Amino acid sequence: MSNAAAIAISDRKPTSAILPSRGGIIGALSDLFWRRPRLLLFLMLAPPVLWLGIVYLGSLFALLLQSFFSIDEFSGLINRELTLKTYGELFLPANLDIIIRTVTMAAIVTIASAIIAFPIAYYAARFARGKWKALFYLGIMLPLWSSYLVKIYAWKLILAKEGILTWLFEKLHLMWLIDAWLSIPVVGGNSLSVSATGTFIVFVYVWLPFMVLPVQAALERVPGSLIEASSDLGASPAQTFRNVLFPLALPGIVAGSIFTFSLTLGDYIIPQIIGTSRLFIGQAVYAHQGTAGNIPLAAAFTVVPIVVMGFYLWGAKRMGAFDAL
Amino acid sequence: MRSDRQQSAPLGLKIAAAAGLLFLHLPLLLIFVYAFTTEEKSYQWPPPGLTTQWFAVAWNRPDVWQALTLSVQVAAISTAIALVLGTLCAAAVSQTKFFGRETISLLVILPIALPGIITGIALRSAFNLAEIPFSFWTIILGHATFCVVVVYNNAVARFRRMSGSLIEASMDLGADGFQTFRHVILPNIGTALLAGGMLAFALSFDEVIVTTFTAGQQQTLPIWMLEELVRPRQRPVTNVVAMVVVLVTLLPILAAYYLTRDGDQIAGGGK
Repeated sequence: MSNAAAIAISDRKPTSAILPSRGGIIGALSDLFWRRPRLLLFLMLAPPVLWLGIVYLGSLFALLLQSFFSIDEFSGLINRELTLKTYGELFLPANLDIIIRTVTMAAIVTIASAIIAFPIAYYAARFARGKWKALFYLGIMLPLWSSYLVKIYAWKLILAKEGILTWLFEKLHLMWLIDAWLSIPVVGGNSLSVSATGTFIVFVYVWLPFMVLPVQAALERVPGSLIEASSDLGASPAQTFRNVLFPLALPGIVAGSIFTFSLTLGDYIIPQIIGTSRLFIGQAVYAHQGTAGNIPLAAAFTVVPIVVMGFYLWGAKRMGAFDAL
Repeated sequence: MRSDRQQSAPLGLKIAAAAGLLFLHLPLLLIFVYAFTTEEKSYQWPPPGLTTQWFAVAWNRPDVWQALTLSVQVAAISTAIALVLGTLCAAAVSQTKFFGRETISLLVILPIALPGIITGIALRSAFNLAEIPFSFWTIILGHATFCVVVVYNNAVARFRRMSGSLIEASMDLGADGFQTFRHVILPNIGTALLAGGMLAFALSFDEVIVTTFTAGQQQTLPIWMLEELVRPRQRPVTNVVAMVVVLVTLLPILAAYYLTRDGDQIAGGGK
């Protein structure tokens, strides 16, 4: 790259300038940066690196450190001796239950988002042209950037017992369908807005745009001639999908799943507003750091998504998902 | 070569794509209807009647105005900080190669890649350890941290498309570093920065998870919304506020889209 070369490989002494330099302190500074590009680089990098390094990484390390502390059960005070006891508590049945519930939800939400996102992304990538392309793009970007809380609120309106969904199903005389679904133990509940199904729908809704964008990016790179060649060679649409389209879209799906998975793992507001009283990791963290004052256990809980995501990213990287971002 | 022959999509694909887009948009449209409902005790559908009185009620609520003002202030200051830090970082990463470049990109993306609750609780416990009282500025500290990435992403994309020969030409013609920045680099990256800034503003304006951990008694608009969601007190006012929030976040997104849309035609981009 020529621009990189221009600045990076400029250690050689500049010969006499054709024009006199501007002089003054600005000119002197400019000359100095020209002669010492590393200094300029250092000055450019220092503010963002210091900010993120101190404010963000510093806080993260402080949090990690606290996960190795423990809490005294009788006094409720934090014992600042390094121990793995708090991590042990994660494996108590109640806590393990929370972790499994959250990871399962994240996995199902990811799969559902991929299924719903694929047709949108495929249509936008292959068939939409000109004005329609722009419309599709905005159609994804607007919900993506709309207020998170407003989106949840919209679903509170929809899923409420007196809300539009009940009304619609009553008009269609299909109310028995919802009632039957709600009577299933794990996924059901008193009404959709206080059931695991409701939580699932809202998760899918809120994270769906994060899945569409990378899948679309991956599909944009699939040449149309490849699909045509596949059908010319006698493959049925289903075979073309399975053997050509899907493998090529997979890095995009994995890239999108990084978002849907990670965001579901850490969220505590959606299950709090629409869902059952059974906790998710985020809610457990919130509860432990808040009223309970058990910062070490809260910190240990936050390590779970970090570890899960670490493995996930490692696997995704091996599948080449980062090229699709 | 992509075939130029115009094909039409299979019907099933059309229906699935349309259904997906409807799923994304109908809930937001519903908010607009609810803002006009006369029902104030429940979320009844269809609305028993339509009225505009709740707009006046919401307009006269001091708590809504306070929350809105605080949100705008926080978003403005966080965006300003993010613009400076993000641009510096993008310039350094895209213009030069140095040891640890990948690490820096990762560092910038990390605050948004990790779940918000981790950023939030990490900051909160750090403030507690350092005995920093929660204030307006602790909120900004948190928001600016995750806003950097949006500015950075936009600026990096533009820097990559900008031809390095432009900078060389400017230098060859006798401009010093600052002149080159002012007259060559800035006009080229300007719209990308504006777009990044708008998205950062929207991100901060809407952020709730990190804010719940870094705010003391202050109520930003999302915190106010959250309170209403958990313990609904005055549903009609919430409906109106929700509708206004949708409209307000719509504008920066549309503007950012139009600003970066023609990005491919940036001078020197055809290289």
